[in-house]
Order: sequence, then C-alpha cells, then structure tokens
Amino acid sequence: MAEEITVASSSAPEAQVQTPERRPPRSGPGGGRESGGGRKYFRRKKVCKFCVEKIEAINYKDVRLLAQFVAESGKIVPRRLTGVCTPHQRRLSSAIKQARNIALLPFAGRAS
Amino acid sequence: MNRTYELMFIVRPDMAEEDQDRLISSLEGAVGSSGGRVTNVEKMGKRRLAYTVRKFNDGIYILLTFEGGGGLVRELERRLRVSEPVIKFLSVRVDEEQKRLDKIKAVKEARRRAGSAASPAEGGTQEPAVTA
Repeated sequence: MAEEITVASSSAPEAQVQTPERRPPRSGPGGGRESGGGRKYFRRKKVCKFCVEKIEAINYKDVRLLAQFVAESGKIVPRRLTGVCTPHQRRLSSAIKQARNIALLPFAGRAS
Repeated sequence: MNRTYELMFIVRPDMAEEDQDRLISSLEGAVGSSGGRVTNVEKMGKRRLAYTVRKFNDGIYILLTFEGGGGLVRELERRLRVSEPVIKFLSVRVDEEQKRLDKIKAVKEARRRAGSAASPAEGGTQEPAVTA
C-alpha cells in the first residue's frame, strides 16, 4: 500500500487522489464537482412558456407571440433551445408555417 | 356539414376603400348563396409584408370568418384567385381548435368552481395560507 502511494505521488506530486482524470483542471468557479459531467456553469431548467403562462391558443395571427420562437434568419427555434414542450411546439410550428404563408412571418430572414 | 373557417386575404395596398367593400360584399354573397353564414368581417388594415409578394411590400389584410362546407371554401378561393387585386390568401378551419379551447376553458371553469366550493368547506386553513 505504501508502495502504491509512492507511485501515485511520483506521477502527481501534490495529490493523493486515486482518480486524477476526475479532477477538472480548468474549473475555476465552485459547484462543478457534484455535476460530474464536465458542466462548467449552472444551467437553469427551461420550462415551456405556454405551460407556465397557460397560453392555450397558439394562433397564426398572433405575430408577437410567434416571433419569439423564430430566429433572426426566419427559422423556427428548436425545442432544445426554447424549452417548449412537445405538444405546444407542434402547434407552434404549424402556426408559424401558416403565418409564413400569409406573409406575417418571413420564410427566410431579412437578408432576402 | 357546418364548419367554421377563417379566410384571410391580402389585397394590394393601393386598393380603394369602396373597392374593398365591393369585393367583401361579393364574397359575402357567395357565402350566402351556398347556404353559409358570415359571422365576422374584419379589416385589419395596412401592414408590412414579411416578404415581397407580387412586387408589393405592403398589403391590406382582411379577415373573413364564416360557416359553411368545404365546397364553399373552394368557391371562395377560386374567386380570390381570379380577382386581380388579391395578392395572397389563406383559409384555415377553426372550429376544431375552437372546440378544443372551449373544452379546456370548461374544464378550467369547473375546476375553479370546485376549488372555490371546497375552500369555504375547509374553512380557515385554506384562507390564511393564500393571503399570507
């Protein structure tokens, strides 16, 4: 056992931790230890805007609402970025497509 | 077969007010003659288009809500297609969505009523918790 420690200390002089690959060498701010996934900052859990604010109707005429879920380029922002739940994203995307057809929202961005 | 549809169409921005009214009344006549019923006509006014349509960057949006069958929608779309000042149109069936919303609303209403009926029965425990 003593021999093992000396071997470990020869490779990493200041530490006696047995799992050197676990320690993130670049993690400056605290709280990174328990996540373990190499995540450097705390990410807030995204929630569906429509579930939280109890918005039932997703209508193609409501450009203000739809525009929040359309990127600058005119693309529909994916669920993994906005946190919208699946049923609402489905309604949202169909509403956005209807709005595009009646020229309320762009197909492609302002660049065109 | 009575369904509710919304027919939104865009006419060219330089169309005169009376011409719009004439177009709308002709559409209303078409709805009436095939057994439908116009429930609402809304002129949403001039708006900037999101992209250029027939070299126009603006358009006057008009929304027509009516009840009727699918054949009526086909007839109205045909009319819009042949009428020259109309640059774009979209017809959407809304009754199923409306039914869904009404159902949600009814459920919510029932739940609220049940909650308000239950809270006086429970008495003082519920009331301060809400106010505090």
